[in-house]
Amino acid sequence: MAGWLFPLTLAAALVAVYRPFGDHLYRVVTGARHHRIERGVYRLVGVDASTGQTWGVYARSVLAFSAVSVLFLYAFLRLQDRLWLSLGLPAVADHIAWNTAVSFVTNTNWQAYSGESTMGHLVQMAGLTVQNFVSASVGIAVAVVLMRGFAARGEKLLGNFWVDLTRITLRVLLPLSVLFALVFMVGGVVQNLSGGVDVTTLTGGAQHITGGPVASQEVIKELGTNGGGFYNANSAHPFENPTAWTNWLQVFLILLIPFSLPRVFGRMVGQNRQGYAIVAVMAILALGSIALTVGFETHGAGTVPQAVGAAMEGKETRFGVANSAAFAAATTLTSTGAVNSFHDSYTALGGMMPLVNMMLGEVAPGGVGSGLYGMLILAVITVFVAGLMVGRTPEYLGKRIQAREIKLASLYFLVTPLVVLVGTAAAFATGNAATALNAGPHGLSEVLYAFTSAGNNNGSAFAGITVNTRWWDTALGLAMLFGRFLPMILVLALAGSLARQRPAPASDGTLPTHQPLFVGMVAGVTVVLVALTFLPALALGPLAEGLR
Amino acid sequence: MRLPAWLAQHLAALRALLVLTVLLGLAYPLLLVGAGRIPGLSGPASGSMTPVGSTLIGQSFTDAGGNPVPKYFQSRPSAAGDGYDPTATGASNLGPEDVVDTPARQSLLTRVCGRSVAVGKLEGVDGRRPYCTGDGVGAVLAVFHRDGFTGPVTRVVSVNQTGTPFLARYQGVTVEPAKEGEDYRALGGVITPIRGDAPDRPVVPADAVTASGSGLDPHISPAYAALQAPRVARERGIDVSRVREMITAYTEGRAVGFLGEPGVDVLDLNLALDGR
Repeated sequence: MAGWLFPLTLAAALVAVYRPFGDHLYRVVTGARHHRIERGVYRLVGVDASTGQTWGVYARSVLAFSAVSVLFLYAFLRLQDRLWLSLGLPAVADHIAWNTAVSFVTNTNWQAYSGESTMGHLVQMAGLTVQNFVSASVGIAVAVVLMRGFAARGEKLLGNFWVDLTRITLRVLLPLSVLFALVFMVGGVVQNLSGGVDVTTLTGGAQHITGGPVASQEVIKELGTNGGGFYNANSAHPFENPTAWTNWLQVFLILLIPFSLPRVFGRMVGQNRQGYAIVAVMAILALGSIALTVGFETHGAGTVPQAVGAAMEGKETRFGVANSAAFAAATTLTSTGAVNSFHDSYTALGGMMPLVNMMLGEVAPGGVGSGLYGMLILAVITVFVAGLMVGRTPEYLGKRIQAREIKLASLYFLVTPLVVLVGTAAAFATGNAATALNAGPHGLSEVLYAFTSAGNNNGSAFAGITVNTRWWDTALGLAMLFGRFLPMILVLALAGSLARQRPAPASDGTLPTHQPLFVGMVAGVTVVLVALTFLPALALGPLAEGLR
Repeated sequence: MRLPAWLAQHLAALRALLVLTVLLGLAYPLLLVGAGRIPGLSGPASGSMTPVGSTLIGQSFTDAGGNPVPKYFQSRPSAAGDGYDPTATGASNLGPEDVVDTPARQSLLTRVCGRSVAVGKLEGVDGRRPYCTGDGVGAVLAVFHRDGFTGPVTRVVSVNQTGTPFLARYQGVTVEPAKEGEDYRALGGVITPIRGDAPDRPVVPADAVTASGSGLDPHISPAYAALQAPRVARERGIDVSRVREMITAYTEGRAVGFLGEPGVDVLDLNLALDGR
């Protein structure tokens, strides 16, 4: 029973902050005034904050910033042994550096390395933590551009990327990070520059207690739906997530921005009820998924869980089975990928749920920004399907969904399944799937999970599989890159195409997009599209394992 | 001179990244490192240390040979390095149907069964579990049928045992012991775990036979602490009721009354028993 209070209190807290926090976000991305610090940043960057950008210029700015970020982070990782605070660790190997650079810039934070034995403190702070912030800001910025596209009345200019990046980072992410990092520190999350302490344990053994600037990274890891742990054990590590209440707070931070962005959408298009409809779709899918995950895990089916008496393998005592399962659902419903328990040892069906969550396209509520734009794409597809059924030109918020719009939306939807299924097939065809730790259907699940996680920019894993080989690092790096930036370009193009249209006034024949019927249809379309795409793959993995 | 647009854009990107790196990558974390020095925060921010380790980081209470030191409460099994190694954190990552031992490694089921028998022996209680043999390996048969998955059973092998099988006969066929290194799944055997007659709720609790996610779990369940109390009391020559009182005192309940599960910090409890 106590296990169910965890998601229920989270839901209550998210309902409470939906309006105030959403309104704050709205003011940040629409306000006309630049703060003094921000003006200083614009001067240093050398951009004119008052000029708007077309979708094309905006997209090129996003790509330029991300390309420079990948190169910078790659160089940083390769040179870490020559910099301060490297803790005596060597330079990161080239394929791991490539994979990690792409991973953190794409907001995936897949980790082919083990933090405590690979990354020095300076790289963690000035390399990885920075990308935790800015990759989140980039995602939110792109979602905001799509909202501006819906709200526009024939304009071409959709905002300025450098202004959006700076404002979201400095006015939203940074203040919340400072605040909650301090709260985490009270709970026991470490924040120091120590290289670690060698202690003699109570019975005379040796133990190296690690140190590091963990709290500053921990908080943005959750808030920005990043998920890359300071340590290999991620949020299961007592120095990252020491208590059951820090655990609750981590899940709250993961869900905070994704669940508040529909409010921004509603305000942008001038109808708050449109935001409520979108957030309702997200909430229905999320609550359903969390209930199933917690249900499967606490039921504890399967040979080993039955022998043990509970699905406790890979889980921490202080969190227990139910809160661990709720975390697993939240981290994969968003693009976070942080873990407080190890999904590889979950029951067959409990472990399938994180996979399904990611396959949903991470839209319920999804990653910061990426969740909202993914959901809006699904809404566009739903409007189109509904339009076909009644034989009318589909419209969403007064914008006609015509050939160009539906082509962009369909291409968006196809990118990830293509990356995931082609990648998985390639791993088996080339023999690289053999690095899976487990045998049989569970081994297939490990491979499928790896590409699903990379293609959807999640970053969690069925971690038994060995992925720090040259092939895996290269393949998953490409999966993350395509899975992040192809959809982004398509979203920005869609925003440009919507912005050019003057909104048509609603008529009797317009499908209302704020009523329960539409909410149900979007949720239905999401589930049906995903089931059609991925059911065969799931049948060979977790379903085969769970239904034997 | 005017730069081409693409170059100007990448230069702006580089400058933006450098400015943000200074703000977010240096100023922000170092400010918090500074905050971690102020009294009140400095304890947790530097790792909640005691002279013999961190109260947040679990440790093994074993001797140099890896055997439990009986006067101490024992931690959960750990998959971090050789056990509770903070430089190699992590979980076993073995799946729920990992039941067949191979020459390369023991199956998760056999690990669970083996730990249960070992804990049972240490505490003088029944270490039996469902799907486990009496000698502490996974009770798993490879069943061969005449027509693949159907037809009469032609051959049965106890895949995790090279000695006497835990079951003499299965569906009228004599059960053979396994040959070292033979892959019976590849030969066409259907892997069949056998439930056996162990109680549904084994005496040895779940956390005592499973590795945690971090490999550094500082807690054990109150049930596992209670199981260890008589042994610790005996070894220390103190009354078991006194040990039970200390367990109660060191049991951390659910946070805010409903978050997580109750647990006992093993290092804290052992230090208290030592009077430190």
